[in-house]
Amino acid sequence: MKLSNDNTVVDTPQVVGRYRVIPLIQEGASAASQTAKATADIQESLGLPGTLVDDWHDKAIARLGQLLKARRGLRVFMDTCTKCGACTDKCHYFLGTHDPKNMPVARQDLLRSVYRRYFTWAGRLFPWLVGARNLDKSLLQDWYTYFHQCSECRRCTVFCPKGIDTSEVTMAGREVLASIGLGQQYSQEIIGKVHSIGNNLGMKPRALADVLQSLEEDILEDTGVAVRLPLDDEGADMLVVTPSADFFAEPHVDGLIGYAKVLHQAGIRWTFSSEASEAANFALFTGQHDHMRDIALRIRHAAMGLGVKRIVIGECGHAWRVAYSFLDTLVGPMEFLSPEHPRAEHICEVTHQLLTQGIIQLDPSRNADVVVTYHDSCNVARGAGMGDIDGGQFKIPRALLAASVPKLVDMSADTTGQATFCCGGGGGLLTDDLMDVRIKGALPRAQALQAVVSSDQVTHLVAICAICKTQLTSVLPHHNLSDVQVTSLHHLVGDALVLT
Amino acid sequence: MSALIDSVDTDHEGYLKNRGDWTRELALELAVADDIVLDDAHWEVISFLQEYYENYEIAPAIRILTKQIGKRYGQEKGNSKYLYELFPRGPAKQACRYAGLPKPTGCV
Repeated sequence: MKLSNDNTVVDTPQVVGRYRVIPLIQEGASAASQTAKATADIQESLGLPGTLVDDWHDKAIARLGQLLKARRGLRVFMDTCTKCGACTDKCHYFLGTHDPKNMPVARQDLLRSVYRRYFTWAGRLFPWLVGARNLDKSLLQDWYTYFHQCSECRRCTVFCPKGIDTSEVTMAGREVLASIGLGQQYSQEIIGKVHSIGNNLGMKPRALADVLQSLEEDILEDTGVAVRLPLDDEGADMLVVTPSADFFAEPHVDGLIGYAKVLHQAGIRWTFSSEASEAANFALFTGQHDHMRDIALRIRHAAMGLGVKRIVIGECGHAWRVAYSFLDTLVGPMEFLSPEHPRAEHICEVTHQLLTQGIIQLDPSRNADVVVTYHDSCNVARGAGMGDIDGGQFKIPRALLAASVPKLVDMSADTTGQATFCCGGGGGLLTDDLMDVRIKGALPRAQALQAVVSSDQVTHLVAICAICKTQLTSVLPHHNLSDVQVTSLHHLVGDALVLT
Repeated sequence: MSALIDSVDTDHEGYLKNRGDWTRELALELAVADDIVLDDAHWEVISFLQEYYENYEIAPAIRILTKQIGKRYGQEKGNSKYLYELFPRGPAKQACRYAGLPKPTGCV
């Protein structure tokens, strides 16, 4: 396979048009954008073949057959597409790259055509009549390319009259690829690090403790209040599991400080865990359900070991989807949690409860001159709820921001809520070797942001996902939006908090 | 690429596979390939990264890096703007590559 090996800085692409305008197609426009294949040692550490196996064709078909049996939704999604075209202009990667294989229906058909050839009666007998194709090397290359130009954000699914979940198709495609030796380096290396060290970064407990201590010093210096960031505190009531980017990167760490201030002010005894020092679960992205369960199991194990009664998830989009939608199925029931808090909670719903109960106070004048817009992260918006309110995943973060800043502005309604556009870096694409695709995929979000910068002088974009924060910080300058500060929701909450 | 750079084993993004292969000369040549001439200010950062890695087996968080560089070499150096001027592609990634450390992974 031809994979990019250069380390050059990507030039700003010449992006034109608006997200409401369907671009003219350019065949193969992003065919050269390749993410590096996982090295043999990484593949093998996950029990997968190190390189493409000799009998890859038969193995791939056999694996696809297993997935079709095990995942009934996948089979339904293979059968029900009527090629109505409703999804074609809904994908940010198509809008940004103009490559027709990034139309959701076309990307799905890379797999669907193989399904028809090998698993349907008509496709076996009359392949030319039903769009059935043999799986050959060229199609395999397309699988690797275009299943890594989908962030599994599921915006297309919202507009599909049949409700076909494109992300499930992408996940199945990636799972089959990894099983024949073609895993993706970025995601598989991270999954390996979670298993061996406990988090995506590979940060060992000593380093984690050093960071937390340093942050305690910073908060004391800034505020004069001794706010703790405890690690492995047995007997704590609440375990906070957050993306490890929160311990490491900017602006994520400002959100982490915000969580600590809120929980301090509420008088809650809480802790981080060195065992479950990662909320993210990249096995969702790669479709590897066994790894997804093992990664989720760490959270259950850590919670039971520490004896906590509540589990709270920090600002991480897909971690919240896994926690909200799958945690009980994967590793439940969570019978050890308190009856008042029987499921994993989002840090935003915890803070929101404390605010509505009057336990904490937020003073928006402490964020003077800040004009915020809120970017709905796809896995929160379309993959989960929040709190006990209908649409809580949209309302709760906005309610917290409205209480924390003088002015909150929403971007265009066809780019927020359930119709939100992906940041362009989700689903395992937040890797430098896909920088061109990431920059182009951020186009619709950048256009919607530019509109509120022009109309309302927005200064800050807030997200509750580590991927969104890193991605938007990296790519917005390429869309001439470097003046907009991307930050964590709990950064602004923490700054507005009346802390004593 | 120089013969020295070609002689060491790197990953697909140019990070050293074996930290033991690192030398000052290699760091200088890696930087020259990016049109950067390493001076004392760069070396302060590279040395700190290596020292931190020795202790913690990971590169420091950006916040720790800025704080420690500020403490050691003067407050005017303790901010990310200064570090980005030295390493335009990001102190965590670019400086780690010159220092022979692995690239930080994850959502960073």
